[in-house]
Amino acid sequence: MTDIDRAHALALLRQMLLIRRFEEKAAELYTLGKIRGFLHLYIGEEAVAVGAMQALTPEDGIVATYREHGQALARGMPAGSLMAEMYGKANGCSRGRGGSMHFFDVSRRFYGGHAIVGGGLPVAVGLALADKLRSRASVTACFFGDGAVAEGEFHESLNLAALWKLPVLFLCENNLYAMGTALARHQAQPDIRRKADAYAMPSDAADGMDVLAVEEATRRAADRVRRGDGPFLLELRTYRFRAHSTADPELYRRKEEVAEWRQRDPIVLFTARLRAAGVLSEADLASLEASVGGEIDEAVRAAEAGPWEPVEDLTRDVYTGTP
Amino acid sequence: MSKMTYRDAIRSALREALRDDPRVFLMGEDVGGYGGAFKVSYGLLEEFGPERVRDTPLSENTFLGAGIGAALGGMRPIVEIMTVNFSLLALDQIVNNAATLRHMSGGQLSVPLVVRMTTGGGRQLAAQHSHSLEGWFAHIPGIKIVTPAVAADARGFLLAALRDPDPVFIFEHATLYPVEGEVDEQAGPAEIGRALVRRAGDAVSLITYGGTLGKALQAADELAVDGIQAEVVDLRSLRPLDTETILGSVARTHRAVIVDEGWRTCSFAAEVSARIMEGAFYSLDAPVARVCSAEVPMPYAKHMEDAALPQVPAIVGAVREMLVAHG
Repeated sequence: MTDIDRAHALALLRQMLLIRRFEEKAAELYTLGKIRGFLHLYIGEEAVAVGAMQALTPEDGIVATYREHGQALARGMPAGSLMAEMYGKANGCSRGRGGSMHFFDVSRRFYGGHAIVGGGLPVAVGLALADKLRSRASVTACFFGDGAVAEGEFHESLNLAALWKLPVLFLCENNLYAMGTALARHQAQPDIRRKADAYAMPSDAADGMDVLAVEEATRRAADRVRRGDGPFLLELRTYRFRAHSTADPELYRRKEEVAEWRQRDPIVLFTARLRAAGVLSEADLASLEASVGGEIDEAVRAAEAGPWEPVEDLTRDVYTGTP
Repeated sequence: MSKMTYRDAIRSALREALRDDPRVFLMGEDVGGYGGAFKVSYGLLEEFGPERVRDTPLSENTFLGAGIGAALGGMRPIVEIMTVNFSLLALDQIVNNAATLRHMSGGQLSVPLVVRMTTGGGRQLAAQHSHSLEGWFAHIPGIKIVTPAVAADARGFLLAALRDPDPVFIFEHATLYPVEGEVDEQAGPAEIGRALVRRAGDAVSLITYGGTLGKALQAADELAVDGIQAEVVDLRSLRPLDTETILGSVARTHRAVIVDEGWRTCSFAAEVSARIMEGAFYSLDAPVARVCSAEVPMPYAKHMEDAALPQVPAIVGAVREMLVAHG
């Protein structure tokens, strides 16, 4: 730990804290009825988005799932534009047309926000194809969950990307549950990284509760993809602390199991490591919390103050140029 | 102007697009080495190479989705799906992504994707290769649906689709590929969303598109022998739909028979009928009639397939019946 760059470590911790506090605030606002629809919280999985995003450049593309608040924040999308989106306001990142599951930001090459499990993978393959055909050095990072590996689109996409040697970094966030169905109950081969073998694709797995391990594994994988060696499957083993969504009573897992995983809370673990290494003081932590708290408050203010899109604009953006 | 088959007209547009725009590429099952299941892309692999004419694995959902991604990434992909029945494997990407991304992203994304596929029966290919499902696709806001019935439109709509910033689906009726028509290779794109009166008349409007245009024109010729002048409207584009041209024709003829190879129930003909009811009710002299496919999966045997599809005698019969009952 002594070799860790202090500024980088604090930046990682701050991003994880920002995601955690953002999600806690979102849950609270949901109970108040400010946010409706489905809300899939990222709490417990913060190290995955934050660690992985370190390996990506602004030119790289990102495709994510309906549980994408962490990726969006780690990519640098303003928290206010995300909160406003969940409020359904016109200053939301998708002008209120997408909601929690459909964050987009083309300026940051953040291509959603996909709520059909597995549906983002073919799109990622196509983005990478365009980059390859236009001789751009970009990587497309495609996040998806363990549930997606049961979909045909997962297998078709790995095959096509490997066949055409496309620069796709497949990032499987394995949180052990496809909604409520445990991995071993839906996969004959639950060792997800091994599925890459069928497509002659290199793969790796990393501890998704350890932000530095995620960063390191993603850098290795992304560098390889960037070199033009074709796609890579990286499995990040993590756990979701909260329910699948706001509609989930969690009948399918034991409270003890959740409690055990909470012992490996990525923020608690990383904080302890930084303290032990002597690079994080109580004052540092208090200052990070205060700054994150201020950012969340500002995000809520932006969402509250944001305008509603006029109903007259209902059919806008169905086609280009339609009012 | 030159005589050209529908197939050659599409290839002429493909070649022109590949030649003129480096962003354009074609991908699909057997479009390259095999020359296309219907020989539409024959010779293009040799001319443009495997980067621009890409054979894909049999993964309709994924290569269509990859077309969406490539379009987002600045390319102008043309995706060929071998038949409309196979497009059902790609419905997730079509309905959940191609049609929604622009809207769901608050207008940030455009999907300039072109999808070509064959549709329709008449070749004894039975119930998994012969259906006409373009009416289904026309239900979906966010995509455009064109159904060229003649060689010139097959060329013109492909060129138009490539210039369109939104996803355009081109349904090519499989029986039309060898049919010749006049094509001006200097002509640019056709206008998507504009119907055309292919034959003027005053007694009845035969409203149709795609593979049944020829049958409607033949029916009009037969009716003309008896002095019944049928006007034939070729819809050309199902979404957007040119309601104005439909209503204009019905205002002249006061009667409408809609010919559509889809099944009658929830057919595209039902939509056209509803628009006539909404917009021309008081100019009608008779209830709108429909000639559609029989409510049966397409049978293999020739006589049964013929019976299942809209045919010239049925169109002629529908007009005569209408004139007798509501003359």
